[in-house]
This record gives sequence, C-alpha cells and structure tokens, in this order.
Amino acid sequence: MTVELSAPAHDAPELSVAPEPETWAAVCAVEEILPERGVAALLGDIQVAIFRTHDGVLFATTNRDPYSGAMVMSRGIVGTRGAAPTVASPMHKQVFDLRDGRCLDAMGQAAVGLMTYAVAECGGVVHVGLPGRNPGS
Amino acid sequence: MDLMDTVNPTTGRVVVVGGGMVARRLVDALRARDEEGRWAITVLAEEPRAPYDRVALTSYFSGRDPEDLELGDPGLWDDPLVTLRRSDTVVSVDRDARTVTTARGAVFPYDHLVLATGSYAAVPPVPGKDLRGAFVYRTIDDVADLRGYVESLRDRLDRPVRGAVVGGGLLGLEAAGALQALGVASTVVEFAPRLMPIQVDEGGGEALRRLIEQLGVTVRTGAATARIVGRQGVVSRMEFTEGRPLDVDVVIFAVGVRPRDELARACGLPVGERGGVVVDATCRTEDRAVWAVGEVANIEGRCLGLVAPGYTMAEIVVDRILGGEGTFPGADLSTKLKLLGVDVASFGDAFAAAPGSLEVVVSDPVAGVYKKLVMSDDAKTLRGGILVGDASAYAALRPMVGRPLGGDPMAYLLPEGTGATPEGELPDEATVCSCNAVTAGRVRCAVREDGCTDVAGVSACTRAGTSCGSCLPLVKRLVTTELTRSGITVSTALCEHFELSRAQLFDVVRVQGLTTFSEIVARHGRGRGCDICKPVIASILASLDTGHILDGEQATLQDTNDHVLANLQKDGSYSVVPRIPGGEVTPEGLIAIGKVAKDFGLYTKITGGQRIDLFGARIEQLPAIWRRLVDAGFESGHAYGKALRTVKSCVGSTWCRFGVQDSVALAIALELRYRGLRSPHKLKLGVSGCARECAEARGKDVGVIATESGWNLYVGGNGGFTPRHAVLLAEDLDTPTLVSAIDRFLMYYVRTADRLQRTAAWVADHEGGVEAIRAVILEDSLGIRADLDAAMERHVEAYEDEWAAVLADPEKLRRFGSFVNAPETADPSLAYVPERGQVRPATPRERESRSVLVAGTTLEVRR
Repeated sequence: MTVELSAPAHDAPELSVAPEPETWAAVCAVEEILPERGVAALLGDIQVAIFRTHDGVLFATTNRDPYSGAMVMSRGIVGTRGAAPTVASPMHKQVFDLRDGRCLDAMGQAAVGLMTYAVAECGGVVHVGLPGRNPGS
Repeated sequence: MDLMDTVNPTTGRVVVVGGGMVARRLVDALRARDEEGRWAITVLAEEPRAPYDRVALTSYFSGRDPEDLELGDPGLWDDPLVTLRRSDTVVSVDRDARTVTTARGAVFPYDHLVLATGSYAAVPPVPGKDLRGAFVYRTIDDVADLRGYVESLRDRLDRPVRGAVVGGGLLGLEAAGALQALGVASTVVEFAPRLMPIQVDEGGGEALRRLIEQLGVTVRTGAATARIVGRQGVVSRMEFTEGRPLDVDVVIFAVGVRPRDELARACGLPVGERGGVVVDATCRTEDRAVWAVGEVANIEGRCLGLVAPGYTMAEIVVDRILGGEGTFPGADLSTKLKLLGVDVASFGDAFAAAPGSLEVVVSDPVAGVYKKLVMSDDAKTLRGGILVGDASAYAALRPMVGRPLGGDPMAYLLPEGTGATPEGELPDEATVCSCNAVTAGRVRCAVREDGCTDVAGVSACTRAGTSCGSCLPLVKRLVTTELTRSGITVSTALCEHFELSRAQLFDVVRVQGLTTFSEIVARHGRGRGCDICKPVIASILASLDTGHILDGEQATLQDTNDHVLANLQKDGSYSVVPRIPGGEVTPEGLIAIGKVAKDFGLYTKITGGQRIDLFGARIEQLPAIWRRLVDAGFESGHAYGKALRTVKSCVGSTWCRFGVQDSVALAIALELRYRGLRSPHKLKLGVSGCARECAEARGKDVGVIATESGWNLYVGGNGGFTPRHAVLLAEDLDTPTLVSAIDRFLMYYVRTADRLQRTAAWVADHEGGVEAIRAVILEDSLGIRADLDAAMERHVEAYEDEWAAVLADPEKLRRFGSFVNAPETADPSLAYVPERGQVRPATPRERESRSVLVAGTTLEVRR
C-alpha cells in the first residue's frame, strides 16, 4: 500500500542526498521500532533500515552495510557523535551519520556513505519515501 | 639456462645471496625506505624456508614449531618487488657480466650484489667426526636431525641418552640447553680453562660453571678432544688428550663458525687471513657493485658472529644503495643471553683491557651471582662489565658505556630491591636497542612528538625492543619518565560519552545501584552513547545480574551478537552454539544437534572449545532452532557474549591411564558455575587431568592442572593474536579452595579490568603483577574477599538460560523477525554454494555468475 504525502513530517536534513521521494510506503506501527534500535523493512526489492532515536526522531537508510555488503545496518547500535545521531555497522563498526548517511568513522578504510531515504510518521504509522523509478526499467 | 630477468627495465636489481636473518633485515629496510619502488630485490636462499630466527633456535626444543621462529611479517614476501627463491644455492658469480648462477641453473642479473651467506659450523679435524651421532648446531634442519636422532635412541635404549658438547662458548651452552631439553645427560667439553672464554673472565666463568653444574650438566674445562670412537658406525665414546674417556651417544660440535666466503674467493674478491669477504666501512667490497653483510663480512679486520652488527650492516648497504652516506659505527659486541636458564651478559670493555681501569666486583657463590663493572681510573665512567646469574641491570648499564654512571657503581650490582638503583639520566644519543640501533632520544621523541603513550606504541614506531626484547624494561622506564615529564596523563576515558574508565564506571554503577543506561549517562556521561560505551554498560549491568540482557532499555545497548544471542557471520546470517559443558556430550545430544543442523541446512564445525558451531542460521530461524535445542536439553553456550565461553578438559582419570584427577567432572562443575558470567572480554578455562596438559589449560584465562595431591591454578593465559602462557597462582589446592580462588579471580577481573582487556593484559598491568593479585585473592590484602565471594554467589543463583527466557517471552520473540513488514521472509540477498557436503556463503564472484546457488538455507521446520 502506498500513501501520498506532501512532505516529510520532520525537517529533512539539508545534507540528504536522497532524491525527492515519489512514493511513500507504509511500513509498520511506530511502536514496533524500539527507541535507539532499528528494524529492517522489505519494500519491493529494496531493503531499508529504519531507526528511531531516543528523542523519537525516525531515520531511514539502506540496510546494506557498504563495507561488508551484508544486509545488516538495521542491527547496528544507535547513538550519538557530538550532535549527530549515528548508527554503527554491526559487522566492522564503521559509524554513519543517520541524517545524511555520511561515514563518520571508516575504521581506517576509505569513507563510504549510506544511501538515505525519507521517512515520516503519519497517524502512528511509519512511512518510507521511495525515489521514483525510471519508467524504462 | 633460463635468465631470471622479469623486472621492469627502469627498476634496479638487488640480488642477495643467502637467506638468513641479516638478509631479511636488508629486504625489510630496502622496502621500507625505497618509497618510489626503484629497486627490485631477490633473495636466493639455500635453506628450504624463509629467513627465521636462528638466535632462538634452541626454543625449537621447548615445543615451538618452526613457524614460531618466523621473523617479522611474512607478508613481506608477497611484495611484488621482493622475490624469495628457496632451496637453491648460488654456485658462481660473474662480476663482468654482473650475474649470479644457481645450482638449479637459474641466472640472475644484478646491479647490486649483496653477499649474506653467513657462516657454517666449524668442525675440528678430530678422528670420528663424521660418525652417525655427531652433529653441528646451526640450522633448523641440524636441530630437527638432532631431535629425531635423540628420540630414536631414547626409544631403543633402556638407559638415559648421553651427550657431549664440544665447545663451552655461547653456542656450546645453547646446544647443551637443547640436549637438556631433550632429556639427554650432557657434558660440556671446553678447551679453554673456563666457560665462555670470549665473553667472561675467570670469576664469571667460575660462577657460570657452578650454576650450570647445578642444572645437572657436567663441565670439563681445559680438555682437548683427541678422537671420537664409534661402534658400528655410530658414536660411542670420546677420548681426550688427558683424563678419562667419556661414554656418549651424541656429540655436538659447537666450537665456532667460519664465514662462507667461497663465492667471493671463486670470483677473485679479497678475503681476510682467517676468512671473510673484506669490506670497507660502507660494507662494500673491492668491486663497487658487490657488498657483504653479516657474518661473512670481514669488517675492520674481523668477522662478527652476532646479529646486531649484521643488522647494522644491512641498514648501511640499503642506505648506500639509496644514495646515503652511512658508515659502520664500529661493532657493539655486547651480549645478553639466557643459557640453560642462566643469565649471562657482557658489554663494553669487559676484560678491562684499557689501561688504568678499575674493577668493581660482586661475587656471591651462594646466590650464584657474579657481577663486575669496569670503570675508568677515576671510578666515574663506565667502560664495560660482566653479569652472570642476574643480568637485570644489563638494560640500564649497557647504554651507559663510555659515560659517567652518576652514582656509586656498587648500587647497580646489588640485587634489586636492596637499595634504590640510581636513576642516571641517559643521554639522548645513547643506544637503547642495539638490535635496531634506537637511541634514548628516539624513544623520547616517539613519546613527545609522535604521540606514543605506551611501550607497545613506541616499539611499533621505533622498532625498539622488537628483536631480542632485552631493552624493553629500559624502554618502559624511558617512556614512563617522558610521559610524566611531558605532563601527559594517559586518558582512561571510555569514549566521548564517558570520562570514566570501565573499572571506575563499574564501581559507580555498583555502589549507586544504577540499573539503566539513561540513568548512568545522565549522571556520569553525556549524549546518547555509542557502539563503545553501550556494550560496556550492558556488560556491567549483566555482571551485576540486573535481569535478562534483553529486558527493557538494556536491549538497545547490546551488540548484534548479544541482541540476538547468536554470532553474526560475514553474510549477515548467524551461528548458534549450544553449551556442551566440559566438552562431554551424550550420543543422544549429538544426534539432536545433528538433526537440527540437517533440518535447517546449517554448516557444522567443531570449535576449539570442544563444542559444535552451527552456521548459516537466519535471524528469523533462531527461535525455532533454540526451541529444538532447548527441548533436547541444551542451553545457550554464550558464544556470542563477552562472557564465559567454555571450560575445556581432557578425559581425565576416569578413562586415561595417566590421569591423576577427574578433570571432566571439575570442568563441568566450573562451566556450570560460571556460565553466563559477563566480563570485559571473553573468558576461557581449561582443566587438565595430569601434567601432560592435554587440555592446553595454560593457554586459557584460568587453567587448572591436576597434581597427585590436588590442583595447580594458573591464570592469565590466552591464544589469539598475542599468545600467552598462564602463570602459576597457587599450588596443590583441594577442590573447594580451588573453586573459591577462581571465584575471586574472575570477579576481581570482571570488576577492575578495562574494556576488552583480557586477563593476560590485566594481570600484566595490575600494580604489583600476579603477586599482588595472589595477595588480594588468597590473603585478602584489599579486604574485598567477602564482597567478591558474595557477588559470585549472586551470579550463580541468578543464572538463567538466555535462550529459554526469550522463548518464554512473546514480547522478546517478536524481535526475531527478518523484516518488520514481512517477519517470516528470508533475506533475499543470502546465497550459498555447496562445498565438501555442506554449504558456505557464495563469494561475490559466484553471485555475479549466479552459478550453483543454494538460495538461503530455506528448509523450514514447523515449531
């Protein structure tokens, strides 16, 4: 099921590189995401990790850990680095800024970011914004 | 004849003949310093292996494998600019064509040729020297031969094997140590009137003789071997020019080494009167393209048989090849050795050869110590010295040679602890590590400017102490002094969220009775934590037994392994390890585990901790797998936690004909007592039923070894990246005393260690070391014993199986869905291929080609 929304319910971070969402997918009730943990969601063939921070803000990134290629980001530890809300890869502990997916600690490797998705809560339901598909594909 | 010239023509070619320690250093130095990769280097080695630590050869007898003698990072040989050709001897050098030819017919062109052929062991021309049973002591193969021969004799003879070593110098005593380690009754035969005539004087030689005779080695000095008598081609007796003959089965010649200069002779390079390729102070021969380093080089008119000057020569040649101006600074022939467990050191002008020298001597035949310092005529400047029996002052004294000691010389010779050792300030230019030519100034600079804050950091940065390690105590002192001087306090803060160390945090959480992360971070930290502090606090709360680790907010603190009570694998699937206490399992249990693995399509492997690991479980399969295992009587093995893992055991006295105690029963009791105990790092225990130590207990955090009258307790061992043997904490304990000692040891460690600090490092870092820990545990020196005991009692009572607890709690069970919107759907990215009858994750290339994929371990079983 998809729901059309006009804009994300929280301030979209300026650094976000995700394309403007075209469709919004309802995923789960917000209570299903424990504060300071993430869940994985399967949206078509896209795996998204959705996180909820201590103050109730939602973030969504790809579930794919760019360093190991495994679909595990939703199982990382959620925390902070300075003012940035973060998730650490459960595989090899690289740390990412949840707001824009930027890699904050690459553990000695080249920094690779996470793709982020727009996410919003509407009537207690979490929605993830998916970029438009190229009609040709 | 094939021409071995594959390198880029713009790259220069360095060819090294010989594959010993100095050759290795040369390659290391060239690859480290030739940053643009201008030089390709080829090492032609006669031995069938990469360069190894010849100095540590004798340790091959104390059970080490040849691999343990490896020098440095073996990855060096994978460098595209480095070629190592083994098992091939260079037979000729064509200096006009600038090529060398090997016995197998390969020809290598060179721009620079470095002769690093080393030495061979000299064998005196005595009749009988070629009989079977006569050995030299030079290579791993020599040593392996000797060991094989002695072992075959031991099986054949119904009496102890008897051996003799010809030569009472450094190498001879090494060889005697080797015989001793093989259980051979040995005699050292030395032509000179004392042992180690080159390094020590008469007094030192006498002290050495007494110490070595106490170890059961017979010493015959002033004895010349006349011949070796054989029976049926095998060594049976030695005869001397004077005195009684000696019945022997094995003879080792260790009378010295001779340079292998035959290549240089054959191609017309000058050699010294007593051999050795003549080189100048830059290690260059008469031919500008040919160099010689190490024992084969005749420098300053002599060949040097120590590794440190060889390393210096290697560095000089590299420097020169790269256009530098390095010259040989003169040999430092200082030596410090542990021969047969006896410390011997000699440095500087040990024989007081300079006129007007004064000697300060301490000789204590009862304690088995002889120490001598050679001072200038005003008794102020240190010129050299000899230390036998206790060489602990060597590291501090050797760099002071040629400098004022700054105190009463006698103070350096008294046993440690009887008076303050004068803290003579070492000048910056004094060499601290002679193996790697590191000065005191360099060590200080590493602290001051390179930001090193501990000995390990300084060693990595400067290479000080990375070869023989004898200078490490001195490096440590310099580092500590420099840190204090720079006003650097090493931060013990856990991370950006907590200023406290783990031990401090443990105390405040315990004393203030805090039970949630939010409370703890609000009172003692800032922010919302991270992947460092959250698992630490989770572990502290778990150690204090505040309920299931997935209860409430605690669940958010856990690493994924603890969060799903299984071990994350590289593809995002998990492995499951049921507890098998002491490694004892019934046939029914094995069948149950096997059926689970089969039904869920899991890859199975026996672990090092005597249990079974089941790989490839998807997150949504975990509860169903646990249900089956729990129903079959298994529980969580905590393989996923920083917690007690296993107590490994041998079969013990119930079955084994050598066992003296029931090691299995004890191992099971210990595993059931400590299961679930969360700690700063994983914990492994071992119990052996006799001194043969089949459970490898000394490689564990806590090792128990049975004795006739009880148990010996060892602590602080581990395998892994830095293997350590556990050290003896207490002997001959009865079982209740043993258990309470382990209780306190573990609880004390859990409370006071740093994050991810294993027991070995904790013991080493503990002020006062293992003695202080023994005092806390056995004598209650801190008055906390009752507290530690009570804490362990609480742990034992509060234990519950974490898997069963999750299965009984629908709220927790809900977290084990694969996707929040499709909890039963398998992660479509998982892909497996069959291998040896099981599955393994597909490699990226296999995924690309989509060949033979098993799409997930999908076989579902209804709960």
